[in-house]
Amino acid sequence: MRLQKTNTYTDLVKINPSMVRDHFPILRQEVNGQPLIYFDNAATTQKPESVINAIRDYYLNYNANIHRGIHSLAEKATEAYELARKKSREYINAASTEEIIFTYGTTDGINLAANSLSKALLKKDDEVILSAMEHHSNIVPWQIACEETGAKLRVAPIDSTGTLIYEEYLKLLSNRTRIVSVVHVSNALGTINPVKQIIEDAHRVGAVVVIDGAQAVAHRDVDVQDLDCDMYAFSSHKMYGPTGVGVLYGKKDLLESIPPFRGGGEMIREVTFEKTTYNDLPFKFEAGTPNIADVIGFSVAIDYIKSWDKNSMASYEHGLLDYGVKKLSEIDGLRFIGTAKDKISILSFTLENIHPFDVGMMLDASGIAVRTGHHCTQPLMDFFKIEGTVRASLSIYNTKEEIDIFAEKLKRIVKIKSK
Amino acid sequence: MNDQPLNKIQDEIIDEFSILGDDRESTVFYIMELGGQLEPIDDQYKVDSNLIKGCQSKVWLVAELSGDRLVLKADSNTDITKGLISLLIRVLSGQKLDDIIQADLYFIEKIGMHNLIGSQRSNGLASMIKQIRLYAIAYKTKLQSQS
Repeated sequence: MRLQKTNTYTDLVKINPSMVRDHFPILRQEVNGQPLIYFDNAATTQKPESVINAIRDYYLNYNANIHRGIHSLAEKATEAYELARKKSREYINAASTEEIIFTYGTTDGINLAANSLSKALLKKDDEVILSAMEHHSNIVPWQIACEETGAKLRVAPIDSTGTLIYEEYLKLLSNRTRIVSVVHVSNALGTINPVKQIIEDAHRVGAVVVIDGAQAVAHRDVDVQDLDCDMYAFSSHKMYGPTGVGVLYGKKDLLESIPPFRGGGEMIREVTFEKTTYNDLPFKFEAGTPNIADVIGFSVAIDYIKSWDKNSMASYEHGLLDYGVKKLSEIDGLRFIGTAKDKISILSFTLENIHPFDVGMMLDASGIAVRTGHHCTQPLMDFFKIEGTVRASLSIYNTKEEIDIFAEKLKRIVKIKSK
Repeated sequence: MNDQPLNKIQDEIIDEFSILGDDRESTVFYIMELGGQLEPIDDQYKVDSNLIKGCQSKVWLVAELSGDRLVLKADSNTDITKGLISLLIRVLSGQKLDDIIQADLYFIEKIGMHNLIGSQRSNGLASMIKQIRLYAIAYKTKLQSQS
């Protein structure tokens, strides 16, 4: 297996984008005759060569089903899979590997949480609190849970900058609140929510707190013990790892007290037609053969992130954000959507009289990949009274030069449209 | 047999797009420019019953009978889609019902539309064509039942 070139101490201190770009083969291409500018990192990040090689290496050399096999390949695959669990535990500082459940991604994790928590906790007229900036994947599973149990959804509002109105959230908390499920970082706006405070206040009324961490894990240090969240869901593919893998962290006591989500192999201790007893944590929640290759790829993605200093990653991306805000502010008719004080490197905006789809098509024709539309946050778009936005989400391999080109293209689009 | 004008218009469009060649940027900008030139439809027609299902953007289509010909009007909330509709309207609006029902819309493939607009919008375009044909068939049935 080819190893990633080790970064030196100086690299750790300061992100050098050309060195980062060397790790991502996909970036060395032209799209529609122009060098690719990939600004769709909130949808999915690109994968470093080390991750791609790890998946290839698994299939080439030790593909086998895990846990139950006694042969050498099965043992090697099991070891690699469980090593990924150890690295995931360390990455978010969970107390033990029993608290790390591998899922197919954040959506899957939240579905597991909503399904199993609602069975254990929710009854008629109980309340579940969400925020107004949730992704559909942190709305719909709770709507289903509420429909099934007769519980009610409550939505904590936001202000025009896309910041949670904290006093309003506090007013919603009551002795009826059973669950609070909020996004750590908004995918459409970039807003970073004060989750530690949100969790502390929710715990005061005895509620269980689930955090949707999909957009946070690649950009900020996440320490689940420090946050004291009860559950935390995230995806590998938004942090330089493969698609089809995610983690649901849950506090051990909580996971032990709630029923499993899926039934099948792996998650059982003993099965008779009369009764089944469940396996220990975390296997109780991992029915069937998991996505072994991509879990192994994910563990290498964790290694990749750890080869950089998280603070220097965050400060590099923040530099890009500030620069992007400055450059895009020069564009006539551009309105930023999401201007919270505390946010990650997401530039979400509309252009006057130009539909986001049209902007996206024109940018794509110039080799620039952005996301356009409602970003799976329709209630949020309704709040801003818009159909959607153009979203440029930046990562450690993006550069100021790319932002310059992006801003120039946008200016050209505005000019052509105003003719 | 298709009516000559219908295919002649298709050939004109193919010629126009061939001038743009492989320059994707110019092609996209050209389609949007065509969209910008499409006559907007009255707001009274922008109702859900005129919306075409299967399109990513909103597309309203109105089809009226004029003699034995179908007159099409359409609008969308995005310029790229308006541009695509304007091409369809140019080829199909004012044509005889039978010609529309039997039309082989080869210009779409010839100008490389699928590659240009991607699979999701191609599905939307197919939905528009299907809806236009359905209107033509419905009017034809109506005319036959009246005669």
